[in-house]
Amino acid sequence: MKRSTVKVLTLIVALGLVATACGSTNRTTADTLEGTTITLVTHDSFALSDSTLKAFTDQTGVKVDILESGDAGTMVSQAILSAGNPVGDVMYGIDNTFLQRGLDAGLFEPYASPALSDVPDKFKLDPQHRVTPIDFGDVCVNYWTDALGTAPPTDLADLTKPEYAGKLVVENPETSSPGFAFLLATIVRFKDWEGYWAGLRANDVKVASGWEDAYYSDFTAGGGDRPLVVSYASSPVAEVVYADPPVDTAPTGVLADSCFRQIEFAGVLKGTPHRAAAQALIDFMLTPTFQDDVPLNMFVFPVTKSATLPKVFLDNVTVTDTPLTLDPATIEANRDKWTARWSEIVLG
Amino acid sequence: MRTAAKALTVALPAVFILVFFAFPVANLLSTGLVGGGLHVLGGLFGSGRERGVIWFTVWQAAVSTLLTLAVAMPMASLVARMGERRRRLVRALVTVPFVLPTVVVGGAFEGLFRRFGLDSGALRLDGTVWAILAAHVFFNYAVVVRTVGSYWAGLDARLEEQARILGAGRWRTFVEVTLPRLRPAIAAASAIVFLFSFTSFGVILILGGPRRATIETDIYRFAVTRGDLTTAASLAVVQLVAVVGLIALTTMLERRRPITTRQAHRVSQRVGRAWLWGNIAATALILGTPIGVLVERSLSVGDGYSLRNYGALIHRTRRLPVPALLTLRNSLLYAVVATSLAVVVGGLASLVVVHGRRVLSRVFDLGLTLPLGTSAVTIGFGILITLDRPPLDLRTSWIIIPIAHALVGIPFVVRTMVPVLRGIDESLREAAAVLGAVPSRVRREIDLPIGGRGLVVGAGFAFAVSIGEFGATSFLPRRADTITAPVALFRLLSTPGASLRGQAMALAVVLMAVVAVAVVAIESARGTADGGM
Repeated sequence: MKRSTVKVLTLIVALGLVATACGSTNRTTADTLEGTTITLVTHDSFALSDSTLKAFTDQTGVKVDILESGDAGTMVSQAILSAGNPVGDVMYGIDNTFLQRGLDAGLFEPYASPALSDVPDKFKLDPQHRVTPIDFGDVCVNYWTDALGTAPPTDLADLTKPEYAGKLVVENPETSSPGFAFLLATIVRFKDWEGYWAGLRANDVKVASGWEDAYYSDFTAGGGDRPLVVSYASSPVAEVVYADPPVDTAPTGVLADSCFRQIEFAGVLKGTPHRAAAQALIDFMLTPTFQDDVPLNMFVFPVTKSATLPKVFLDNVTVTDTPLTLDPATIEANRDKWTARWSEIVLG
Repeated sequence: MRTAAKALTVALPAVFILVFFAFPVANLLSTGLVGGGLHVLGGLFGSGRERGVIWFTVWQAAVSTLLTLAVAMPMASLVARMGERRRRLVRALVTVPFVLPTVVVGGAFEGLFRRFGLDSGALRLDGTVWAILAAHVFFNYAVVVRTVGSYWAGLDARLEEQARILGAGRWRTFVEVTLPRLRPAIAAASAIVFLFSFTSFGVILILGGPRRATIETDIYRFAVTRGDLTTAASLAVVQLVAVVGLIALTTMLERRRPITTRQAHRVSQRVGRAWLWGNIAATALILGTPIGVLVERSLSVGDGYSLRNYGALIHRTRRLPVPALLTLRNSLLYAVVATSLAVVVGGLASLVVVHGRRVLSRVFDLGLTLPLGTSAVTIGFGILITLDRPPLDLRTSWIIIPIAHALVGIPFVVRTMVPVLRGIDESLREAAAVLGAVPSRVRREIDLPIGGRGLVVGAGFAFAVSIGEFGATSFLPRRADTITAPVALFRLLSTPGASLRGQAMALAVVLMAVVAVAVVAIESARGTADGGM
């Protein structure tokens, strides 16, 4: 026992040292940017080319660590729990369906980036500039063209027609972000959205728990028997980029009339000791270097007017000019009521 | 030094659980319940829906446990009668399903249902409670085979021989002679399977259909989707109370001493051919079919088959910060740290549970098993709001990930070791003492080698738990460059495109292979150590 005791003691001490070493990040008090390391808190869909953040470090001397926090909902919940003592300096990826919750919890420091002049006004949802729009994506009904067996729907209302019976799979708005966005789309679009969902239910709509389950188990893409799925406007692009064997045109199409707009924002987290560096990172996110890199890495669209889209995007997706939208405060105020009502109608 | 060693044996596990589990969870619950929490808690029992959810949670976990026992016991008996080398191989192979991400297994089950026409009509399984139960048996098969099988192997077979000589039939011998002696191991395995099913998340959501909810899925729904921490915390209290009750129950069962002594070694016995092959066929069907679907998916490209998905794992796709294969390195590193922690903490705790004073023993047994039955949200968010100041600001440190894995691994170590330690023949200890060995020497020379058998089985579990990313890690922030294989797999599956999906399946298959090899290695390491003693 004695020898093992010593070993165990050594282990505890070593662990303690490791823990302390890892716990205390080197934070400089003075806001000289050079040599600062800041932490970008984001969701787990985050991706960029290696060269992109390196360009930021080269320009400013600020190194960026990435901290991923699960899906957007988990990320916001975590940030609210640690409000005032944030795990990082900048948050990126909070979208308009969760925005109000983050704003209400006072997560962000206002910052109006000069680069905002390059961003159309329709994306600037917070007049106080606590958050800055960085990218957007639309949640839309996708169809697998060859498996439809009929003409693609052109109107959201078409989905309750008999020819689309048993063909649509949606995600549960209580457990899925695109599922919730699609519910919002129907609420914006139809005055009697409850009647619309009753119609979808009568038309044998299937409800999956999440996007992966819907797209890869029930939708044609994963061998499923449903050729209509709630996914993203950019999904056909990914179907081309990640096709195997390669294809020229996407096997899927988008019902443009069904698209609900999700805008993703970045904000300086209140309590950061690195305000200047954090603001510099927000500025950088609106530069062409960052904006042009976003589409092929995260399959979302840049918000700046000067950004350019890669060819595969231009060839395979048309962004609708008239997406369905809803103001974040209304979303937050009604979320529980709407999802509960939805559950009664569709699952009850 | 002896008292120091004793104090440390108690203090180390106690401090670990207090710092990384008890304080964080208590902190989160009190944060959530402040202001009207008790009112909400009362409301939960008043609401028909929540009562239904609580009942369903307990019911499905209990049935999953019984089913898993029924399905896995034959294999456990076979494992008990195998030679050490074969036993190790089987133990490793059955561990493989245990580490698969639920989203992958859920997809495989749904694929199977579709292929055999069970996705609709009268024989529909998809979206039913049967699908949940089938998946729980699939995941937990290893728990019963490993825990019971290894314990069984150490039982003295002469008693059964005597029973047979006295004219008892095979079945009667099993029921009246073997089963009572197996009770501690069966109780231990049942507790683990129950808790795992009790806090099951992905399986319920993916296979149960949109109408099924458990306490665990509701905690997530309220804490994350709705941002209602008060209700989430109230549900977490309900979960804790239920789990404490259950653990107390199994502890009582486990405590009764096995009726007879154990041997350190047992000669492998011949088994009937029909029994052997029937068993192997059944296991292949239960575990092999969903795995077969995954292997088939990993190889399928376009209309044919190819190894291209595997080849792609060495290149970085834009969706991952590193090549997919490199994520295995992170997974292995975490698993080594998590397993070491679980073995040290769980090993010491087992000694306390077995040799400590009654109250201490009970408290340890309960406290160290609790994390297994606690929601990942509760632990993850609890750590986030508790270990958030220097010197213990671990929120962004890599070490918190293996620590969270170890929390779930420790109960496995304790539950596999305690029955083995309890079963050690008292006369062996007495003999050693009479021959002049001091208590510490008795422990070193007798308890350690025999307890080691339980320890390696527990270590294998702790390793698999870590590789499979069970526990609170999905609710903790983590550094992008330390992404693990299961997280990478989710990422690949979160974007459309056949090649990403193919790579995800290939990564799942590689993960299974790595786990099988690693578990064999862990359990062989003990074999070598044994030889040296």
